[in-house]
Amino acid sequence: MIFRREFAAYFATPLAAVFLAVFVAVSAGMTFFVSSFFERSQADLSTFFTWQPWLFLVLMPAIGMRLWAEERRLGTIELLMTLPVSPWKFVFGKWLAAFAFAGLALVFTMPLWITVNVLGSPDNGVIFASYIGAWLMAGAFLAIASCISALTKNQVLAFIGAVIVGFLFVMAGFDLVLAAGRPWAPDVIVQAIASMSFIGHFQRITDGVFEASALVFFISLIAFALWLNVQILDARKAA
Amino acid sequence: MPDGQALVETRALIKKFGSVTAVDNVSFTVERGEVIGFLGPNGAGKSTTMKIIAGFLEPTSGDAFVAGHDSRRDPIAARRHLGYLPEGAPAYPDMTVADFLGFVAGLRGLSPRQTSRRLAELVESIDLAEVWNRRIEALSKGYKRRVGIAQALVHDPDVLILDEPTDGLDPNQKHEMRALIRTLAPSKAIIVSTHILEEVEAICTRAIVIARGRKLADTTPAALLAMAPPRDPHVPQLVKTTPLEDAFRHITLEQTGV
Repeated sequence: MIFRREFAAYFATPLAAVFLAVFVAVSAGMTFFVSSFFERSQADLSTFFTWQPWLFLVLMPAIGMRLWAEERRLGTIELLMTLPVSPWKFVFGKWLAAFAFAGLALVFTMPLWITVNVLGSPDNGVIFASYIGAWLMAGAFLAIASCISALTKNQVLAFIGAVIVGFLFVMAGFDLVLAAGRPWAPDVIVQAIASMSFIGHFQRITDGVFEASALVFFISLIAFALWLNVQILDARKAA
Repeated sequence: MPDGQALVETRALIKKFGSVTAVDNVSFTVERGEVIGFLGPNGAGKSTTMKIIAGFLEPTSGDAFVAGHDSRRDPIAARRHLGYLPEGAPAYPDMTVADFLGFVAGLRGLSPRQTSRRLAELVESIDLAEVWNRRIEALSKGYKRRVGIAQALVHDPDVLILDEPTDGLDPNQKHEMRALIRTLAPSKAIIVSTHILEEVEAICTRAIVIARGRKLADTTPAALLAMAPPRDPHVPQLVKTTPLEDAFRHITLEQTGV
């Protein structure tokens, strides 16, 4: 019910088409021009997947920002929260719709997959795993965006907040972030921060090391963000 | 639920937003067949009280019961008995009236067959046929308000909470809305907030006056009229007021110390 309405809502405006077009165009542009897909003479999609975390960082908050902020702005959140339905179902249904939409966007990039198969013989297992990994990473970005969207009725604020939090997760594995913690924080904490890295987990999947831990990471992050989302909605009642 | 038991009950409700006390120790009961008019100046705490009963806000202290169910401890059961029209009648602008009401009915747990039967009834009683397949963003205020009422009635609830159902409607639409509330009244407990005084006389069996979060009066419209201070016939009235307005001003201004 909720999933259906939310999924349909994406297509109620031209936004969905614009988004899908931008996503596919930028993905392909990055793959072919910035990463010199052809010059590498390798039949794989690593140049495509390298860019996904950065693309998602901006595009997933754009999908997720409206989830709750819009309900607040319209006032329809009062309808939802007074229906005899547990808030969990709304949080999950809305996220699932966004997740499915992100999946659809990824499906639209699959001509690339066909292309590399025509050009050579890539490791299709790795590409498949990378698609699953990319989709789950998108889900994690969306869960964060949904969570932050519940804090405000301003979609722009929700977008910016989600980009900032997403950026921290993307950058967590880089020295830029780790160097800031190293001088004073114990090693365990630095390690813990590094292990939150989206890129680190995603890269292990795209490198062909199909690690369950990377999947577990994204899934538990999604679960945690959605749990937090429910807590935020509950806390707002008492505010 | 046995008849005679209150369908809505609030006990010493208090709601604070930071240092502001929006609702201050409000208790009352509403029984089946009653239409309660919530009267008060803007910002008096009418909407906040309604939101607490509907379960959208939690009180700082005190309890609210709908059909005997605690709105905080047993929210799902309480909400099943409740139809709520929030202020401004919010709805999804991108949905058609039919889709929107179907969506609410589905979330209310009605089967597809029950939904289509119930929606067919509502199209008639609320007169929505003309706009049935139109998007909500394209509707006039009057129709939007009616969609809001229809949404609250989808599951034929025992308790109806309507926050300013006639606000922004033209006189004919107001009349229709009041007629509708009257026809619904015998089988339900209804709370209507308004700052239009004649509305209270027209449809309510009881009026509760709230100002600055406090309940100042809880009585019949006729008794409310009797609270009007006597007019001095020798003082010419600059602005013509009705006796009910006099009573309202007398009650609310006295308390706020203006």
